[in-house]
Amino acid sequence: MDLSSVDFSRAQFALTALYHFLFVPLTLGLSFMIAFMETIYVSTGNEQWKKITKFWLRLFVINFAIGVATGIIMEFEFGTNWANYSWFVGDIFGAPLAIEGLFAFFLEATFFAVMFFGWDRVSKKFHLLSTWLVAIGSNLSAYWILIANAWMQDPVGTSFNPETIRNEMSSFVEVALSPMGVSKFLHTVGGGYITSALFVLGISAYFMLKKRNFVMAKKSFVVASSFGFLCSLFVLFSGDESAYQVAQKQPMKLAAMEGLYSGEINAGIVAFGVLDPKKEPGDGKDPFLFEIKAPYALGIMATRGINNFTPGIEDLVFGNENFNIISADDRIKSGKIALGALEGYKRAKERGDQISVLENRRLLEQNMQNFGYGYLEKAEEIVPPVALTFYSFHIMVSLGGYFILLFFVALYLSMANDIENFKKFLWICVWSIPLGYVACEAGWIVAEVGRQPWAIQNLMPVGIAATNLSGANVAISFALFALLFSALFIAEIKIMLKQIKIGF
Amino acid sequence: MKLGKTLWALIIIKLFVMFFVLKALFFDETINTKFTNEADKIDFVYKNLTKDR
Repeated sequence: MDLSSVDFSRAQFALTALYHFLFVPLTLGLSFMIAFMETIYVSTGNEQWKKITKFWLRLFVINFAIGVATGIIMEFEFGTNWANYSWFVGDIFGAPLAIEGLFAFFLEATFFAVMFFGWDRVSKKFHLLSTWLVAIGSNLSAYWILIANAWMQDPVGTSFNPETIRNEMSSFVEVALSPMGVSKFLHTVGGGYITSALFVLGISAYFMLKKRNFVMAKKSFVVASSFGFLCSLFVLFSGDESAYQVAQKQPMKLAAMEGLYSGEINAGIVAFGVLDPKKEPGDGKDPFLFEIKAPYALGIMATRGINNFTPGIEDLVFGNENFNIISADDRIKSGKIALGALEGYKRAKERGDQISVLENRRLLEQNMQNFGYGYLEKAEEIVPPVALTFYSFHIMVSLGGYFILLFFVALYLSMANDIENFKKFLWICVWSIPLGYVACEAGWIVAEVGRQPWAIQNLMPVGIAATNLSGANVAISFALFALLFSALFIAEIKIMLKQIKIGF
Repeated sequence: MKLGKTLWALIIIKLFVMFFVLKALFFDETINTKFTNEADKIDFVYKNLTKDR
């Protein structure tokens, strides 16, 4: 396998996913905020709320139009750059994405047309219903996509068929309601809601600072601060649940998120820390050059109890008999047995040796949970990029804390009649708009970089998932992607700014 | 409506680049276009999964 081709395919996928997610959060949250605003308009009949709804709807439409279909590029990449992966995951990955396309996206797209073009053409109540259905549809889309992603993090409800070299769904319910998927959905859409609330808060603050459309901007500011405050509290809890799921299913990711090399009972959480870049597993060095820890917190988050052990990177690499953690070397041996059994199964089938077929199938099933380990040569290969995971996680969490404070102060001040006098705070709101995006992207880096080297947790490393393509070809398409997405992003900002300048 | 026209133009350009440039030139080959029958696809993936061993 050409490694540069694999790395370019990874970089290309990362670029596509990160760019795509610049558009998604605003669609998820702003759709609900517009629905709230329109509900107030319909229930009070106040024309100001209609103007407010229409203003935010214009910005929503710009974001939707530019962002729509950018996710399809990932499907191109699955087919061409990740052919082995696409075949191996079989219909498990395909089913949620098909449901997303058939139901959720069509629901969203159909009622989107009514929402945008239907003012004065349909009744007020039908228009309002359409707005709500767009919000629900876009969030349902997110649900099915995140279910597909969660299956890669925790492949449940499935069994491997050596005959077809594919994973087959054994339980749709297990896949569709996997705890990893549900917690991922809640946390991700929560992040999107906060990003949208920051967007509305910041733009409203700008109008108040400029003393333009002051009353409508203040009404929007109140909606954004209330919605943002509730969502930022919600994200605190959904983040806790996400971390618990990661601790159960992807303990290596959790250890990397916290820079925890040596496992501990009642492990503390690093509130602030600087990692030693030279640290290697098993070298006996302190992983931190500097750290401030909150005692017990990581242990409670990871195990939901006290006096429990949270494994570190070294426990997972080298094993820890005291806590029944098997070493990566043992899992590599088991994985190689699984791979050997797959080959043995195929050869026995060709010879028509039924006894050997059954024996190899039994061996494969016994060792399937370590199948991907069979491709690894060294135990240390299971360690993801620790620094990137650690810093991304801490940026996300710090911003999460900042958002709670920001929305609380915004909500408190919005009750006062002289909010325009708090100019510095209003400017802070304006400059906080990009921070929601930063937190969302950091969260995705934690989720995806933290699970390396796996394309599918424990079953398939990225090097095997990728198709052997020419490195140059992937590099050219990577450059084209960067160009296309950058052009779209610049277009979005320019058109948005123009519309914002027009005002309510 | 000027905003609507701008957005439609952007959508059309974007879809053209995606489907007629990227898809046609760089993402034209998948396992389904390369092989027509199921057995060949299985054999292709099987070889990729076991070749380095």
